[in-house]
Amino acid sequence: MTTALVPELEQGLKPLRPLPLHCRLCGAFHQPAPVATCEECLGPLEPAYDPDRPLPNAATIASRPASLWRYREWLPFEGEPTLSLDSGFTPLVESPELARRLGVARLWLKNDAVCHPSLSFKDRVVATAINAAHALGLDTVGCASTGNLANAVAAQAARAGLPAWIFIPHDLELGKVVGTAVFGPKLVRVRGTYDDVNRLCAQAADRFGWGLVNINLRGYYGEGSKTVAFEIAEQLGWRTPTAVVAPMAGGSLVTKLGKGFGEFARAGLTSGPRPRLYGVQAAGCAPIVRLVESGGDQIQPVVPDTIARSIAIGNPADGRFAAEAIRTTGGWVAAVSDAEIVAGIRTLAETSGIFTETAGGATVAGAFALARAGRLGPDDEVVLCITGNGLKTVEALEGALPEAPLIAPRLRELEALHGRDF
Amino acid sequence: MAVTFSLPTVLAKLADGQSNLEGTGSTLGDVVADIAGRFPRLAPRLRDDRGGPYPFVTYYLNDEDIRFRDGFATPVREGDEVTVVAAIAGG
Repeated sequence: MTTALVPELEQGLKPLRPLPLHCRLCGAFHQPAPVATCEECLGPLEPAYDPDRPLPNAATIASRPASLWRYREWLPFEGEPTLSLDSGFTPLVESPELARRLGVARLWLKNDAVCHPSLSFKDRVVATAINAAHALGLDTVGCASTGNLANAVAAQAARAGLPAWIFIPHDLELGKVVGTAVFGPKLVRVRGTYDDVNRLCAQAADRFGWGLVNINLRGYYGEGSKTVAFEIAEQLGWRTPTAVVAPMAGGSLVTKLGKGFGEFARAGLTSGPRPRLYGVQAAGCAPIVRLVESGGDQIQPVVPDTIARSIAIGNPADGRFAAEAIRTTGGWVAAVSDAEIVAGIRTLAETSGIFTETAGGATVAGAFALARAGRLGPDDEVVLCITGNGLKTVEALEGALPEAPLIAPRLRELEALHGRDF
Repeated sequence: MAVTFSLPTVLAKLADGQSNLEGTGSTLGDVVADIAGRFPRLAPRLRDDRGGPYPFVTYYLNDEDIRFRDGFATPVREGDEVTVVAAIAGG
């Protein structure tokens, strides 16, 4: 670890301590630990915040450095974070042209395609998880990943000087494999889907005692996603949009968006109704969409079949909680085809200057599907969560873009080209 | 039919600390009933009130999620491996 990563400790501030945990289902209390499952009922563990803790006002938050740690009172620690201090606080970009095409009043893009350090929203959850791992004294971190999380864990573990074991499906996009391997983790490709990888990692966390961020550290990990909601509210001037559209893989982001908006409302930092939450999946992997549409309470897993590998989770751990967040806010869901995802990537780029990966393409395509279905209307102020960078999944656009003409460096050839449609 | 039955640590605590058990039966449901009968504290974490799989565990029979088969009605064969994993993981 370099000294630049621990400035707060050098200044003699309180060292970081993870909060205790309690079960979301039965309420059982657990001491801070790398454990994500309740020993009583096997429900998910969440950090137990002190409801009487002092909270900052808007001016105090706004005076803090531009990272997700400006919301530290809503993150699962006491004391000062020591690692990954620059993640979060990504741009909220208004797109009048996309608003016009969708037929809504206003539209913004929460651009986590430029999140630090690895260009996806997963940098947020890893920032909280890796601080938990460090504070709990774990000497190795890791994850099961569809790609973005692999990039984030590898990058942030390298900066922290922590060894990392990272497990991915065997058929991920090249950009995500290279964007992980370059940081020097132990990168393991597993024959099978993400869900197979996930099962192996659940067993590995049990066997080896590593801090696998989305397995046994997921109580601390998931809280990082709330900062997307916090930033949207702050960047809109301490108010909420009427609707937020996000991609769904494991379902955690939508769940934590709901939690984050609720926490800011309870703190008096925003007023008015909570935004309606809309979740989008690829049609080839849409178990949460089916759960919401059916009105059921149990996920029926699927075998993913989509180009959107970053959201190809057939057995989403937070599916039922995402469905609950969607239902309670009056939102809905959309499933979009691979062709629509590619069109969504292109539409976002051409209207807004942002190159997103397949999950972002799904979000854009889903917004159009929701607008066509009357779920988004002319009075809506909408935020689309763009969760990852398009340079990671260039394979998705193979054959979708026109081939650039090739000419000699002669003015006559350019003149011949000029005026032609290509 | 005798099959091996692997538990995560959180559930092994309810089975006298044993993470690898052996159960018998002709279906997965039979095997689970056999093990639930021998370890009463473990039983409510294997089956729900209606006798189906407890919703916060996932069962794999020889690496395949049993929800892609016939659930507890899935037939088992001698030497099969059943793995139980806590369902809240990943994403």
